[in-house]
Amino acid sequence: MSLPMIAAPPPTLAGALLVLVVVLPLLGFLPFFFLGARIAERLALGLLALGLIGALAIAAEVSGSGAAVAYFIGGWAPPLGVALRADGFSALMLAMTAAALLATGLFAMTGIGAARPRMPPVFWPLVLAAACALNLAFTAEDLFTLFVALELLTFAAVPLVCLDGRPAQYEAALRYLLYALFGSALYLLGVVLIYGLYGTLDILLIAGRVAVEARSPPALMLALALMSVGLMAKAALFPFYLWLPPAHAGAPAAASAMLSAVVIKAPLFLLLRLWLDLAPQTLAFAAGPLIAACGAGAILLCGLFALGQKRLKLMIAYSTAAQIGYLCLVVPLAAGAADGGLALTAGAIHLVSHAFSKAAMFMAAGLIYEALGHDRMDGLRGVGRALPVSLFAFALGGASLMGLPPSGGFTAKVMLLTAAVGQQAWWIVAVVMAGGLLAAGYVLKVIVPALQAPDRPLEITPVSRGREMVALALALGAVALGFLPLEPSPFLAIGRPGAWAEAVQ
Amino acid sequence: MSLFFDAALILLAIVVALKVVTGRDPLTDVIAFIAYGIVLTLVWVRLAAVDVALTEVAVGSGATGLVLLRAAGAAATAKQEARPGRVTKGLAALVSLVVFLLLAAAVLAWPKPQPSLALAVAEHLPATGLGNPITGVLIVFRALDTLLETVVLLLALVGIWALAPDRTGARAWSGTPAPLSGMTPSGAQVLLAQLLLPVGLLVTVYQFWAGANVPAGAFQGGAVLGAMWVLLLLARLAPLPRLEQPGLAVLVLAGPFAFLATGLAGWVWAGGFLDYPEGIEKPVIIVVEAAIVVSIGVTLGLLVLGPAGPQAADRPGADAS
Amino acid sequence: MSAAPLIGLGGAALVAIGLYGLIVGSDGLKRVLAFNILGGGMFLVFGAVARRGADGGFGGDPVPHALVITGIVVAFSATALAVALLNRLAAASAEEGKAPSDTPGGPS
Repeated sequence: MSLPMIAAPPPTLAGALLVLVVVLPLLGFLPFFFLGARIAERLALGLLALGLIGALAIAAEVSGSGAAVAYFIGGWAPPLGVALRADGFSALMLAMTAAALLATGLFAMTGIGAARPRMPPVFWPLVLAAACALNLAFTAEDLFTLFVALELLTFAAVPLVCLDGRPAQYEAALRYLLYALFGSALYLLGVVLIYGLYGTLDILLIAGRVAVEARSPPALMLALALMSVGLMAKAALFPFYLWLPPAHAGAPAAASAMLSAVVIKAPLFLLLRLWLDLAPQTLAFAAGPLIAACGAGAILLCGLFALGQKRLKLMIAYSTAAQIGYLCLVVPLAAGAADGGLALTAGAIHLVSHAFSKAAMFMAAGLIYEALGHDRMDGLRGVGRALPVSLFAFALGGASLMGLPPSGGFTAKVMLLTAAVGQQAWWIVAVVMAGGLLAAGYVLKVIVPALQAPDRPLEITPVSRGREMVALALALGAVALGFLPLEPSPFLAIGRPGAWAEAVQ
Repeated sequence: MSLFFDAALILLAIVVALKVVTGRDPLTDVIAFIAYGIVLTLVWVRLAAVDVALTEVAVGSGATGLVLLRAAGAAATAKQEARPGRVTKGLAALVSLVVFLLLAAAVLAWPKPQPSLALAVAEHLPATGLGNPITGVLIVFRALDTLLETVVLLLALVGIWALAPDRTGARAWSGTPAPLSGMTPSGAQVLLAQLLLPVGLLVTVYQFWAGANVPAGAFQGGAVLGAMWVLLLLARLAPLPRLEQPGLAVLVLAGPFAFLATGLAGWVWAGGFLDYPEGIEKPVIIVVEAAIVVSIGVTLGLLVLGPAGPQAADRPGADAS
Repeated sequence: MSAAPLIGLGGAALVAIGLYGLIVGSDGLKRVLAFNILGGGMFLVFGAVARRGADGGFGGDPVPHALVITGIVVAFSATALAVALLNRLAAASAEEGKAPSDTPGGPS
């Protein structure tokens, strides 16, 4: 039984860019072995800047041509070969990742007074490897190539967690690795079952086969379930959130920002693709509420845990575990419904605004830690006067998490609520509202004391103004997303399946 | 008769796996795991997948077993988490049983005829000039996966070297790894080396033989190369490497970067990324493959050796950051 | 019954055993071992698929074979990283036990 080959895409510059944004970061390995930390840093920043230019060029091409960009590696068409493809959603993810990673790089840059990661020559290749893995995860069409991307991401992220070399970090890194391995094993098991059913690993080809089946085979349901659980373990989605807080809170600030902002977004993005692009609509309808229930658990429980934290960085980490729950709420609302575009747009804006605001908050928390020498919640009185810029960045990021206008968080929540009301999913409405209140609780718990006068003069170690500005710029990015129109984005519809996307095109 | 043999092998694998999962002594568990790998190797031979069998015995059983042996000593002294109670065990057994039943149902309900890419590979393999279909898939049709797989190895090496204890100096990871037989009773390791050395030799001989008959079929040789090096180290026939040597870095990077450079050159001399120039595909592939074999071998060996250990030159407690 | 379904069923059983070990494992090494048991079983399931899909003069579908080879190498890398972490953790705990001096408290 042979599958129809897909016609090769015309060779375009944007297609070549898809390959380059994946493989060029690998050049960052050379300095690790041969050159000093200073050169490693300059090369890394240069590559990250090039990555941003490449990602923006891809987005411009997708937007300009109104079609997805694709590239067949080595000229071999799927199912035999591997395809890279960027539709509107993927292009947005590429741009977001490139921007967040460049900001992380600027924040981590060695400067006067900058608290360097313990081993700069290790930090930079890991950041670049993460860039390679993320760009691959957002563009690969092949389920096994996606597995390799997820593994690369894990191998880049785990050493970042223990850069400072404290025993607690080793423990957090080990736990992270074990959860990630559990996740990748289940994901790959699902991939094996799908290959057994359809003899291909290309998502587009599988989706084409799945859509015309009268009844989905039980093995497909099992495969989707296994892959979902695997991706949830990798993304730290409830109930698999246990590994995230110690790992993200224990890492150096630049690494925390990157891990929370973009690294866990790759498995989440794939979870959305699995149910919106690959699974048959009937299955997505049936499974959507289950996934959304996990999201609700994340928003409510991890939100409560965040409220109870005594350390600033742990609080922000629990907030990450809570915030990713919103993306699960998107699945039932976006799966095949006529107004699915609204929910998908909400999810995409939430992904990006959470990335920017959470990176800003982790950076601000890192600066506060550096200035005070601790990050205990009960010792934050007066920080607002000592570090106004950092606290402002933290507050702006927090406002987006709460969903205050104008912010990406507000825009995303309004659209999510509109979609939920439109489909009369009242429990989702309730969860979104409660989640906003919890976020308000834990953000204000930091900001209110920080704005008060300190009990006694604070001993402040000066921090770099440039690094404060990076945090502020990211937070302002999250605010800027609040000025997007409250409607399904035509850009996100480009190259995507579904009734809504076809109507827009 | 052969079905009986298969059933016996599978049963053996299950028994050994249960032994690994339920055992109480780390060293015994690891040795049982190595046995598990050898049983799986035989199953792969029964599945007519000799290339996979070779990889399984060299990497899945051999190299993985050696790495795990290094941990067995540490695990004996590490603090144990509370052993799970009856309820946890019961729930875990239930979950596992459900997963088994669902998987079994899926396995028995696979479509007939089985969808497969074998015909597509057979159709396009001649265009690559390669004789071994698996090499064709690894180096040509799915070259991106293989390129990134070599990067995964590299990344694991960076991650492991970064775990070296802090020391002042030009390179944080400089120095030699701790000796291989430092942590576990050396008797077990010497025995293992004595057992594996002839196996490794046999495999290497097979690789050369297969290389003669099946063009460019030696891709899996890297694993065996690495295993042989580690065996030499175990038997103390080779000195431990100093990790900061530039020569070592060249060996480690040669494969991934030769592959990457060839891929990028595809835009110049062929149709695009990872496209090989027409007419001279085979020599180009063989050069790339040779580089990959060396890099994979050296990297696997280094991964087994682990990060630089405490150096004789360092005083204890000198790890100022 | 031919060999492929039998080996597929065996692979499924090994996956289940590995999963059980991952859930009840009481230390890091045990979980790493269980992960490798699970992986081995999963690859066998893939091998059974490949055997059923034998065609074009090959003893099995070469694509799953190639993917399994990649998968084995990736699993080994993961094991090596996990073991290095385990060993480092054990060494760090031992050091800490010897000299319980106040390490500069980190943000955790």
